[in-house]
Amino acid sequence: MIRIRNLTKVYTSASGTVKALDGINLDIEKGDIFGIIGLSGAGKSTLLRCINLLEKPTSGSIEIDGVEMTGLSPKELKEMRKKIGMIFQHFNLLSSRTVWGNVAFPLEIAGFDRKTINEKVENLLNLVGLSDKAKSFPSQLSGGQKQRVGIARALACDPKVLLCDEATSALDPETTLSILKLLKDINEKLGITMVVVTHEMNVIKQICNKVAVIEKSRVVEQGTTFEIFSRPKTQTARNFLKSMFICEIPEELKAKIKALNGNLAEGRVVKIGFFGEITAKPILSEVVKKFGVNANILYGNIDHIQGTPFGTLVVQFEGKNGTADRALSYLQDIGLEVEVVEIG
Amino acid sequence: MAETVKLLFSATRETVYMVAVSVLIASIFGIPLGVLLYSTDRGRILENSPLNKALGTIVNIFRSIPFVILLIMLIPFTRWLVGKSIGTTAAIVPLSVAAIPFMGRLTETALREVDRGVIEAAQAMGASPFQVITKVLIPEALPSIAAGITITAINLVGYSAMAGVIGGGGLGDLAVRYGYQRFMLDIMLYTVAILVVMVQLIQVLGDLVVKYLSKHR
Repeated sequence: MIRIRNLTKVYTSASGTVKALDGINLDIEKGDIFGIIGLSGAGKSTLLRCINLLEKPTSGSIEIDGVEMTGLSPKELKEMRKKIGMIFQHFNLLSSRTVWGNVAFPLEIAGFDRKTINEKVENLLNLVGLSDKAKSFPSQLSGGQKQRVGIARALACDPKVLLCDEATSALDPETTLSILKLLKDINEKLGITMVVVTHEMNVIKQICNKVAVIEKSRVVEQGTTFEIFSRPKTQTARNFLKSMFICEIPEELKAKIKALNGNLAEGRVVKIGFFGEITAKPILSEVVKKFGVNANILYGNIDHIQGTPFGTLVVQFEGKNGTADRALSYLQDIGLEVEVVEIG
Repeated sequence: MAETVKLLFSATRETVYMVAVSVLIASIFGIPLGVLLYSTDRGRILENSPLNKALGTIVNIFRSIPFVILLIMLIPFTRWLVGKSIGTTAAIVPLSVAAIPFMGRLTETALREVDRGVIEAAQAMGASPFQVITKVLIPEALPSIAAGITITAINLVGYSAMAGVIGGGGLGDLAVRYGYQRFMLDIMLYTVAILVVMVQLIQVLGDLVVKYLSKHR
């Protein structure tokens, strides 16, 4: 659907050149909700804006549905852009137009007749749940409502792709969830491919099936959301995860574990990562029965990513004659990530 | 007394005529000029540095010439354009020429206040530069542009006082010829009073229009 190769964007100013994007390669499949996460200044918004050529790439290729974007004439680009919707952090609605007028705007630009515009706007407002606000002006709406107008507007010309530039960053957590739900519904109902730029891991977790982590103008890690969440390879990805739930052990607990480690003659404190179906099985009690060890849960959390359970437990195992170690290798054998917690 | 009223009445009519027509002409040419000044600037939708610099320089030149001098300098042009170089109608030419660059700058400033994000959103939807101008920039900046027209109109009331130099008549001319040169202080005071009321009216009317246009914003 979207194929990006060796994309580079360099800004030249009097004070020198800045590389905003450096050799980006991405493949986004049809129907994906593809997340791009990174800290401010990492280049994620520039990357998104290169997709519809709001930013002109310095070099590299962007193909959408087999069409090379960088080679289009201004006229062809205008036509192509009508098939790429975009929503923004600050909504960017026309303050001089009503909700109805804002949604009708792209249709007017595309040259639809009045009758078609009326029908489409009505359907779109229904879709985003704002039929009763048709005559309101943007200044009379809440942030969440404004973004719904933005979404309706972006969908007006039946786009194949929807670009979301920090679409929920200006919204409160509750509104964020409702907007994300709307985006996910639209993705499922209409099959629109979405590219979501964000600095919030929560957004990725809620709706994205794939993620690319951007750091210092480069993609440092990419994969399915589940892969990134369960086995982050880079520190950046880990830091983002940390911001969401604690995969690091809290300080107070560390002190406790240190004391325990000193006292344990034949025991271990381990961190166990649970991914996927295995979370549904009674593994701990199984291990306790099988090896005759004691298991004491010190800390834990479980969450869901794209419907797949995911979690971490910190457990203290005690057992005589190496039973604790055998229990640990058993856990590893059945596919859990087991890591002995050493606090030095 | 009847004579005075008659004088004041016709002078008022002349001023209103000069100002109204000049405001109209200044808007017709000044707003597009402002759009050009804005859109050819660096990083804007029709970026064109040479054109922008040329326009900017011309605007600045006209804005730096004192009006009373412009009035005289434009006499040949006025004669060519309206067939005469004196009278109320002739005075409209220099008044408009002075007001067009002024209105252009005010429009440019008004357009600069339009959120870049909104323009970008329109571009992302495939809008052409012309559509961005007519469907985004001007509607979004309309209240500020209306405020600019108000300021221009009030300025023109002031400029029109100098129209007497080329026989344009109007309240300012009356005040100079009767009030100053014939020591008729009462006429001077009446004209000033009428000018004050006129400026007040323009301001109030302009504010109402701006308020109406920016309702719900």
